[in-house]
Amino acid sequence: MSDFNVRSDSVDVEQIMEQIRARIREKRGVDYTEQQLRELAAVKLEKFLDPRGVRSDLLQRFKERQPQYEKPRLPLYTFEDTTIYETHRGPLQWIRKMLQPLLKLLFNPNPIIHALHSQVEINALNLEREEAQVKRRMEMESLYYEIIHNLVFELTRSGIEVKNLKMRVESLASRLEFNERRARALESVVVYKGASDESEEPATSAARPEPNQAPVPVAMSASAPLMPAPAQPVQPSAGASVPAEGPGQRSRRRRRRRGRRSGPPASAVMGAPAEGSIDEDSAGEQAATVEDGESAESPRTEASSGDGDHLTGSGPDPDQQ
Amino acid sequence: MKIAVVVQRYGQAINGGAELHARYIAEHLAKHAEVEVLTTCATDYVTWRNELAPGVETINGVVVRRFRVKRERDPRLFGRRSDRVFEQPHSLGDELDWLDAEGPTSPALIDYITRHGSEYDYCLFFSYRYYHAYYGVRAAAPRAILVPTAERDAAIGLTMFRAIFQGVRAVMYNSHEERTMIQAASGNHDLPSVVVGIGSDIVQSPQPGRFRQKYNIRGPFAIYVGRIDKNKGCAELFEFFQGYLHDPSGKLSLVLIGTSILPVPEHPRIRHLGFVDDTDKFDAMAAADLLIMPSYFESLSMVALEAWGTGRPVLSNGKCDVLKGQSIRSNAGLYYETYSEFLETLHALEHNRWLNAALGRNGRQFFREHYDWPVVERKYLDMFERLSLEPPGKPMDSLPGWLERRRQNLPPAEYVLAGLPNGPSLADRREASVALETDHSARDISEPEARVEERHDRVRSTGGGSRPHQRRGYNRSRRSGGPPR
Repeated sequence: MSDFNVRSDSVDVEQIMEQIRARIREKRGVDYTEQQLRELAAVKLEKFLDPRGVRSDLLQRFKERQPQYEKPRLPLYTFEDTTIYETHRGPLQWIRKMLQPLLKLLFNPNPIIHALHSQVEINALNLEREEAQVKRRMEMESLYYEIIHNLVFELTRSGIEVKNLKMRVESLASRLEFNERRARALESVVVYKGASDESEEPATSAARPEPNQAPVPVAMSASAPLMPAPAQPVQPSAGASVPAEGPGQRSRRRRRRRGRRSGPPASAVMGAPAEGSIDEDSAGEQAATVEDGESAESPRTEASSGDGDHLTGSGPDPDQQ
Repeated sequence: MKIAVVVQRYGQAINGGAELHARYIAEHLAKHAEVEVLTTCATDYVTWRNELAPGVETINGVVVRRFRVKRERDPRLFGRRSDRVFEQPHSLGDELDWLDAEGPTSPALIDYITRHGSEYDYCLFFSYRYYHAYYGVRAAAPRAILVPTAERDAAIGLTMFRAIFQGVRAVMYNSHEERTMIQAASGNHDLPSVVVGIGSDIVQSPQPGRFRQKYNIRGPFAIYVGRIDKNKGCAELFEFFQGYLHDPSGKLSLVLIGTSILPVPEHPRIRHLGFVDDTDKFDAMAAADLLIMPSYFESLSMVALEAWGTGRPVLSNGKCDVLKGQSIRSNAGLYYETYSEFLETLHALEHNRWLNAALGRNGRQFFREHYDWPVVERKYLDMFERLSLEPPGKPMDSLPGWLERRRQNLPPAEYVLAGLPNGPSLADRREASVALETDHSARDISEPEARVEERHDRVRSTGGGSRPHQRRGYNRSRRSGGPPR
């Protein structure tokens, strides 16, 4: 963690706090670590993009937050025309009844009694109406919750689909671009090959003799134009018609091969540059051409010998094409 | 000189903030004057039950007179009356009823003050919000000095206390924030007052190694000392610190000292040691890298002062005006209001050893200058001397009549509280910094001409010559060691 830029002995706490807050602001902007970014991304997905997460308890939470309706405790008393004279003491009630005419002589309590009686009824009606309203509101709110829930769900799904589609478009765009590039590259290669085939092919075949064909350069170069199908021996139809190899032929050929290997390489004999940097594949290829050279040495003999190694090969040898 | 210290509870076993404050002040003033404590027989601040015998006793060389409480507190009644005066328009009578319900209702104590108040030169009343202070101040107003120990709660908005704040001879505040709040609530700006606080007996040579060995604590740690309670901000502290523990670069542990009401999270780097004695407490503070003070409401945090006295920085809750103000004034602690700030400040104090040491040094200096006992004692004695030179105080007006007390014309206390200024009170500091700046400007003028010319050229070349406030900011930044912006 970087230190604060406070260099003198007089520390100013307010200044340090300002720097700390600046650091926090800065950090919020750019300085997220990889881990923090991952966490943030995960949180976002969990909370907003994952439809299952949204569907799970949104409605339930809405409902939980909604307080239960409690009926207000109002003093709902009854008020009748006898209420003002009521008492649990018998004699007092009797006295009041006796003095009732006197009271009515002084003023008329009936309108008051009537008003209060009506007020009680109004209170009761209001309470009922309020209760009904709250019930209706709660029902409507649950419907609203449902709608909000569905909206959130659909919105989330749409969001995910949009994101998927965006990614798909990006992927398609990149693939298209790649294909365009590939097409351009192939076009240029085709043009290049067309031009070079005409000028270079005969030259290369003439100037680059196969090193392993050293013992028979003349025969190869002479026979190539004359013998249009040197791969003839590998044709199954031809192989099937040739007679089987004789008993001593294979061992003789092996001895010949050994003797040739112990001697100087063909390239040295022919004066060609040494291929020291050759890799294993090309070495194998080279070995194969040795055998091909042998077969080229006496194509008819090989063909007539019907060697299974050649016949089971993966096709005509490219050197012979 | 004879001084009376009037407080709601008193005793060696009573560790409440204001009560402990009163005891320390009484014991230290006893070196300079004849001190008597006038208090009740109660030990429990919830019930005010009479648990100690009335009469006279001596505690640590101080004479203590105890008086019986007439009735215990009825929590329901008190709650109802609190709702009434805090949340609704009400009358003075309602407020007086609330005070009666709060207690400790001890007419005997008030009677004694009325009859014998003149025997004392000064009466120090602690905790403005209780019965003894309200009626005691009214009984002995010409010699009453108030130590309000006020917090930012609704009681400060009750109208009846305005007369008390205005009627005493002087007020000894705990903090600048308290003074600002009370002056705004009561308008007693002209009254003699001083910010004193309280001292602490810091152990001079604490042994951090001894603490580490005794409790098998290794590595750096932050410490919290006090009751582990949600009201003290500990829940938030645990939440924030657990977040900090996820950070691999943070190596601090959290050591908690004090009785716990809140469950302490189980983590190898959170240790709860329970209650420890003062020696261990100071050893722990010396061993700690910092003290964390997460409380939202403090009138004066003694623990923070002790940490500063030990030379340790304090990381406090910036939502508490007093702690924030003290941190800024002392330049000895940082503060946080959010989780991000908590992490950053904790990291700063942990990793920046220079900053940690500088804040610790400032804290020690701040403590020595303001909260060392000789300083605190001197402030009290100076106030007594100042008052002795002034004309004697007048008795307070008697309470209004029955009808006047029943007029529902007072606003809810919560409403009044909301209108009071909040935030740290830094007016003095700003004035000091302006003075310092002026001083520096004067010094700049006396610099050699060549340097002045050079600076002018620089200002001209940067195009900042037409904005004097920018130049001031630049100079201040350089003086305080920060980078020029």
